[in-house]
Order: sequence, then structure tokens, then C-alpha cells
Amino acid sequence: MSSLQTVRDDFKILNETMNGKPLVYLDSSATSLKPNSVVEAIEFYNTKKTANVHRGVYKLGNEATELYEGSRHTVAKFINAKSSNEIVFTKGCTEALNLVAMSLGHSIIEEGDEIITSELEHHSSFLPWQWIANHQKAKLVFVPLTEDGRITVENFKSVLSERTKVVALTYVSNVMGYITPIKEIIKLAHSVGALVSVDAAQASPHIKIDVQNLDCDFLSFTGHKMLGPTGIGVLYGKYSLLEKMEPISFGGEMIDLVDLNGSTFKNPPYKFEAGTPVIGSAIGLKAAIDYINKIGFDAIQKHEIELREYAIDLLSKIEGVNIYNTVSDVGIINFNIEDVHPHDMASVYDNHGVCVRAGHHCTQLFMKWLKAPATLRASIYIYNTKEDIDALVAATISGKDIFLHGIF
Amino acid sequence: MEFSNLQSLYRQVIMDHYKNPRNKGIDKNNTEYHTVHLKNPTCGDDVTVAVKISNGVVEDIRHEGIGCSICCSSASVMSETLIEKSVEEANILTNNFYEIVKGEAPNEDLDMGDAISYAGVASFPARIKCATIPWKAFETAVLEINSQK
Repeated sequence: MSSLQTVRDDFKILNETMNGKPLVYLDSSATSLKPNSVVEAIEFYNTKKTANVHRGVYKLGNEATELYEGSRHTVAKFINAKSSNEIVFTKGCTEALNLVAMSLGHSIIEEGDEIITSELEHHSSFLPWQWIANHQKAKLVFVPLTEDGRITVENFKSVLSERTKVVALTYVSNVMGYITPIKEIIKLAHSVGALVSVDAAQASPHIKIDVQNLDCDFLSFTGHKMLGPTGIGVLYGKYSLLEKMEPISFGGEMIDLVDLNGSTFKNPPYKFEAGTPVIGSAIGLKAAIDYINKIGFDAIQKHEIELREYAIDLLSKIEGVNIYNTVSDVGIINFNIEDVHPHDMASVYDNHGVCVRAGHHCTQLFMKWLKAPATLRASIYIYNTKEDIDALVAATISGKDIFLHGIF
Repeated sequence: MEFSNLQSLYRQVIMDHYKNPRNKGIDKNNTEYHTVHLKNPTCGDDVTVAVKISNGVVEDIRHEGIGCSICCSSASVMSETLIEKSVEEANILTNNFYEIVKGEAPNEDLDMGDAISYAGVASFPARIKCATIPWKAFETAVLEINSQK
């Protein structure tokens, strides 16, 4: 934990209060806080290097382009892509996941084909494929989850078949924090010729991603959950696949030659980046990756697991607290308090200055699987401390007193 | 300070309506009632309100659903506040309720009953929707009944 002791100084927002209490931010799985270096990188572009990219012939335009493309290069290295040309900038993970389905779905999915996904998915991971399946008269197949809600290689095998054309699965569950054995799953999927699209929104902040080692066909994530700004996401795709895919958005910057009778488009990644991109956010994402690299995933994971275990230990001692994932692989704790609606609890946390998520976490399928209309989720990241967990625990006890015993 | 906000949100009268809801339960086969189902997809509050109107008077309101204490209690309070009022008056009371939860001073001339207790919601903007859903369902029911005429 030693290397993370000074981290808090890098996040100005941690000096803020909420409802008169020091800010306890335990909602990083929704969006992470942004370090000063990210804020400064965006400001640098907006105050010193403002120009559109790939257009200006003047020096400033070139400098802006270099910053933007530099970020693409940093992203490629971050996930060990073979080339920067395999990195498509999108406005977020949702857009990246949709791009794959909307560009490929109609051409590779035919009537009777099967698409494998799971009930653990974020809506953005399976909804595009549900839509494609409905339109192409294909079948959406769900990997049966284990008793504790995990995707396993064995269960994946039970639904994989010669009819499987696409596999769309999460790398890390945003509710349970489980890491999917995605490498083995990809290998099996490839053995029947299926393509695999990985939702890595909750993986990229917490674990080292190596797309060549995974051999995934597509992998999507977003900047704002990994210390970066909102408005910037990443679609990684194998170049040979991106090359064959049709663009789904048309306009400036993505064209090659435009003619009355038809037009041609640039090579990847540019043919998927129509219009002026979110340049400042892309530059901010580079700063976020630099920051993560400086800390290192070993230290991040160690810190998260240490705090998670501390929290689980204290929360499980409180009678009536039901933790759905007493073992998980990242710093996500999913829980409820018996006989207290999560939204009532959320207002108590709010009053204590504690930010936690209450709701269905964009995973209505999994909420049905859990048989809970909604849950509470506390998610831990690099800037959290034992004091944050103590505040969570104190607020939990206070909420129980209020709703079960009428004691304020 | 720490507890005053929460205490005013979760007033005893609100918790009482939550634990002992009035006018709860809907007879789906009774055609004298017009039913409206509303939900808040972000939090899962899910309320059904059944309204019986005759001769311009709200004769009965029934409700059922699942949700947080603010939403469920508000359905109970809404039914008590609006039953036996004229439709016109019920609409005025409903609009006054929206003002109360936004933190506006209530119209003293109106008989809001227990609904006056929801002033504390204003300190928790994220919860305003919880409180208003049952009232919105009533409003919708009246609109739909009128458009059927």
C-alpha cells in the first residue's frame, strides 16, 4: 500500500465535502475520479494546443494531431495491440460495443445462427446483440451461471456449438467483480470459428490487459472508469477484421474519395471515426494511462483486495447485511440490508458523505438472476482508504438503526 | 445537522404509512377502476394506482407495488389525501404536492393531510421522483379517464 499513500494528493476533488462531510467516494465502477494530471492534460489542449486534428496545415494543427495520435499509440501499448491502427476512438465503451454489433451483425449473422452472451452482462454488452439476433432471426444463448453467479469454461462449453457465430462476454462483472476466464473461452470460440467481443469496461481500470495474449477479436473499454475523462472510449479490433468491416457513421475525416456516384473510405481506424473526435478527452486518456502505468497494476490490485477484505470483514459482522460476492476478484462489493430498500439506504449514505451506487447497475438480467429488484454497490479504487471503509460501515449501522429501529 | 435532514426525510408519519399502508391492494377484475402502472427504471420503484371516479369526485384510490419507503408511503398518503375530493381539487392538491417536495412553501389553504410531511424530500433531490410517482400515476389516470369520455 506504501506506493499509494500519496495518491490522494493527486485528486483535488477529495478536498470537497458532501452534505457537510468529507467526501467518501466508493462509486468508481460508475465513474472514477480524475487526477490533476488528467485535468491538466485536457487544459493544455484547450489553452495551448487547440486545433482540429488531421486537417490543419499549420503548425498548431499538426501539434494537436500529434497529441491525439500519441494517445492512440499509448492506448495500443497499454493493451499490447500489434499496432495503433487497431485502436478506434469512440465516445465510450457503449459506442464501441455497439459499433462491433452494428457493423458486423447483419453481414455475419444469419437465420438459425447463435450468439452467446450471459446474464452477467451490462446492458451495453448484450442489447446490441439481442437486437441483431431479433433482426436476423438468430438465437441469443446465455451461458448458465454457477451458483455464485460466475461464468466458467465448463458452462461456456455447454452452450458452444457449430452454430455459434459470435461470443459477447464481459471480462470483469460490474456487479460481482468476477474475472471471466476469457482467454480459455476465446480459444474455444475460435475452434468453432466464432468471433469474440469482450466488454472490458470494468477490466481496464483493475487488471493488465494483453489483447495479443488473449487473442480476442474485439475488446472495448472506456476512459472515464480508469481515471480518464468522459466522452472517450476505445474499440480494439484485429486489423484484418476492422479492414473488412463497414463503417456505421459517415461524414468528415473518414472519407478517402467522395464522388457523385459513390465514395470510398479511409483505412482503419479512421473509417470508424467520422466527424471531429473528442480531442481533449483523448489527450486526457493518455494522461490517465500514464498515471496507471506509474502506479502499476500489481500495486492497484494489492490495494483494492486489501481494502475489499477489510470491508467484507467489517460488513459481514453486521447482522442483516447480505453480501452477494464475499469473494470477488476486484474491489466491488455488492450487498443489501435485510428489509431495507437500497434507495432508502442510499440516502443515509448520502447524508454521511458516502457515495455508493443503488439500483440495478444496468444489469437487469442479473438482478432477476439474483432475485433482487436492486442492490447496493460499493466499489473501491486506488484513492480509497480504510477510513473510507469505516465511514461506509458507520453509515450502514446508522441506516439499520433508522429503518429497523426508528433510531436516528 | 447530521440527522436533521434524514429525520425530516423519514418522518414518523412517513414510516408509519410505509409499514401500515392505507388503501393497498387492487382488485384487477373490478371494471369501475381505471388502472395506471408507472415505474422508475433506474431504481426499480414500480407502482400501480387504480382510480374510481364518479360524478366528478374521486370516490376511491387503490394502490400496490414495490419500491423504497418514500415511494410506497407516498402512494398510501396520496390515496388518503385525494379520496372524496373533487377531481378538480385533487389535481390542485397534486400540483401542490409537487411544490412541497421541491421545497416550495405549501399553500396553507389546502388540506394536504399527511402529504405535508414530504417537505424533507427537497433536501434529497434524487428522491423527488420516488415521492411523486404515485401522484403522477393518479394524474395520468384522470387524464386517461377524461380522454375516454
